[in-house]
Amino acid sequence: MPNLKELSKKPARLTGGHRMCAGCGAPMVVNWVLKALKEEDKAVTCSATGCLEVSTCLYPYTAWKDSFIHSAFENAAATISGVEACYVAMKRNGKIDDTYKFIAFGGDGGTYDIGLQSLSGAMERGHDMVYVCYDNGAYMNTGIQRSSATPKGADTTTSPAGKVIPGKTQTRKDLTEIIAAHNIPYVAQTVPAIPGTKYMFDLYNKAEKAIYTKGAAFLNVLTPCPRGWRCDTSTELDLIKAAVDTCFWPIYEVENGVYKLNYKPAEKKPITEWLKPQGRFRHLFKPENEHLIAEIQAEVDRRWEALLHLCGEK
Amino acid sequence: MSKRLLMQGNTACVEGALRAGMRFFAGYPITPSTEIAELLSIKLPKVNGKFIQMEDEISSMAAIIGASLCGLKSMTATSGPGFSLKQENIGYAAMTEVPCVIVNVMRGGPSTGLPTCVSQSDVMQSRWGTHGDHPIIVIAPVTVKDIYYMTIKAFNYAEAFRVPVVLLLDEVIAHMRECVELDEEIQIVNRKRPATKESYLPYRNEDDGVPHMADFGMGYKYHVTGLVHNEKGYPTSNPDITEKLITRLHKKIEDKASEIVLFDALNITNGGDLLISYGSSARVCKEIIFNEKVRGIGLFIPYTLWPFPEEQLIKLIKDNNIRRIFVAELNTGQLLLEIRRIVGNTCRVIGINKYNGELFTPEDITKKIEEAIE
Repeated sequence: MPNLKELSKKPARLTGGHRMCAGCGAPMVVNWVLKALKEEDKAVTCSATGCLEVSTCLYPYTAWKDSFIHSAFENAAATISGVEACYVAMKRNGKIDDTYKFIAFGGDGGTYDIGLQSLSGAMERGHDMVYVCYDNGAYMNTGIQRSSATPKGADTTTSPAGKVIPGKTQTRKDLTEIIAAHNIPYVAQTVPAIPGTKYMFDLYNKAEKAIYTKGAAFLNVLTPCPRGWRCDTSTELDLIKAAVDTCFWPIYEVENGVYKLNYKPAEKKPITEWLKPQGRFRHLFKPENEHLIAEIQAEVDRRWEALLHLCGEK
Repeated sequence: MSKRLLMQGNTACVEGALRAGMRFFAGYPITPSTEIAELLSIKLPKVNGKFIQMEDEISSMAAIIGASLCGLKSMTATSGPGFSLKQENIGYAAMTEVPCVIVNVMRGGPSTGLPTCVSQSDVMQSRWGTHGDHPIIVIAPVTVKDIYYMTIKAFNYAEAFRVPVVLLLDEVIAHMRECVELDEEIQIVNRKRPATKESYLPYRNEDDGVPHMADFGMGYKYHVTGLVHNEKGYPTSNPDITEKLITRLHKKIEDKASEIVLFDALNITNGGDLLISYGSSARVCKEIIFNEKVRGIGLFIPYTLWPFPEEQLIKLIKDNNIRRIFVAELNTGQLLLEIRRIVGNTCRVIGINKYNGELFTPEDITKKIEEAIE
């Protein structure tokens, strides 16, 4: 287990003063990931278009201490592929001495949807890089439109809950499984660091493993967005805990094809504990929508059971 | 009976599209066009239409082509970066002659550029963004009311000529709110569908150069491809058929250009100067021509940038002995090139350009005109 005191002494590589919303989970995720870099190692960071990119680089400042590229929306993984491939060639030719690591960040829109092709390509080619998806379940930057990561039933501006549809009608795409199917060295799903939980250092440990595993690695991190989730900022870490305890968002990893469940809740909570505190699911609790909660529960159960089998827990 | 409404430009586009009979929208969120998708996600299901949010702009454009082939009037909306992604499929729509409307709310570029700022720098891209020789119709409204009626026009042109039509808005007119009076009689055009099953050829040159279009599912054999094709729609690389096809694709628009072009000529004075402007810039120019400080200057507003009202402009210049032309636009000079091509040596053409993300002020333009006059 890492020493918190020592970690806190490491200089932040994403500095404060950026303009992310109060309570946004994305900078927490980025900071913990970058903390896993050895101090002597340099990094090239890259961000797809999104809140993170917009709000960390407001003119005339940047919050990124390392080299940073903002690419077109769909190209973060492809852009950093090019950088990594060039670095390898230059290193081989003795033109560069320092050790560099390559880390791309994207929201769920830029990763699950428009950026999926470039991500898949980069993973399959096996660049020595880490792609981190901060999944907050919608296009928050343009005003909360649904994405393929949006959970079923969520109210967004393009899946508006009303008389015609009860929020998003489709289930969430399971991107972690899709990337695992690329058979790359390391794939993991996790959550931001929550003090007092058994998985407090899970993100840090996984980031370290991802960065220092040779080859392509992918992290999928459930990240709170108070604007899109319609929740109070003070409740969001409890919400993340609920996502883990209801098994909506299991914490697991796939290392060289071997599945491992990193945290198993002592008692699996009903999905309503995750849904109820969020305004985006409020309409699901109307009597006419009760069947949807049952459907959502059934889907969570099915995926959880499947994962337990994969992890050898059953 | 007329209806007076306070409306946002993007809302006017949605209302116009629904009035025109648009029942299929596929899109992807992008500032400053997102309101169009958001509103349609609420409104389309209520009229038995279909709204789909796709995984990117490429697939949004592909989906509206598919839907149009099935018989629904279809639209997508985007801004610069998304417009770039749509280009390959816009060419596909031109080649396969699939009616569709693409709304591009222009923002500053290149690349991510200035997502929340106004620009008119996609003018040339709207004409030549996709590869290959191809026809296209591009319409640039000036007011919120224009947006409503010209969205309907865009669908009418797409249906009549079986072409992709680009509705070129910009951040200012898309986001501004204006009082709109919806009082005009409107005409709705629908694509010509085949009359008899027996002799149907999906790409036969009908009298006006526009083949009749069956919907998928109507019972016709219908082969669609982006390859050069014969009247049956089957691929060919025969030079004669190729030349005939490309010629027909262009002629169906060129021959009807005089019926398609839309423009306004305001305050034209004999022996005076002429301002040419479009979109939000034209609004500022209106202020100038009715301003006493600058005398003897008229305003020409092309609403169709392609086909451009060429003959009409040439006649206006000749009839009124225009001395100088000023082209005011929010880019480094894109329509300027087209105007210079059209007028040749007949008069001086001077560009008035702004590309810092802000709209012109009347002073920006009057200053440039006064400098030129001195």
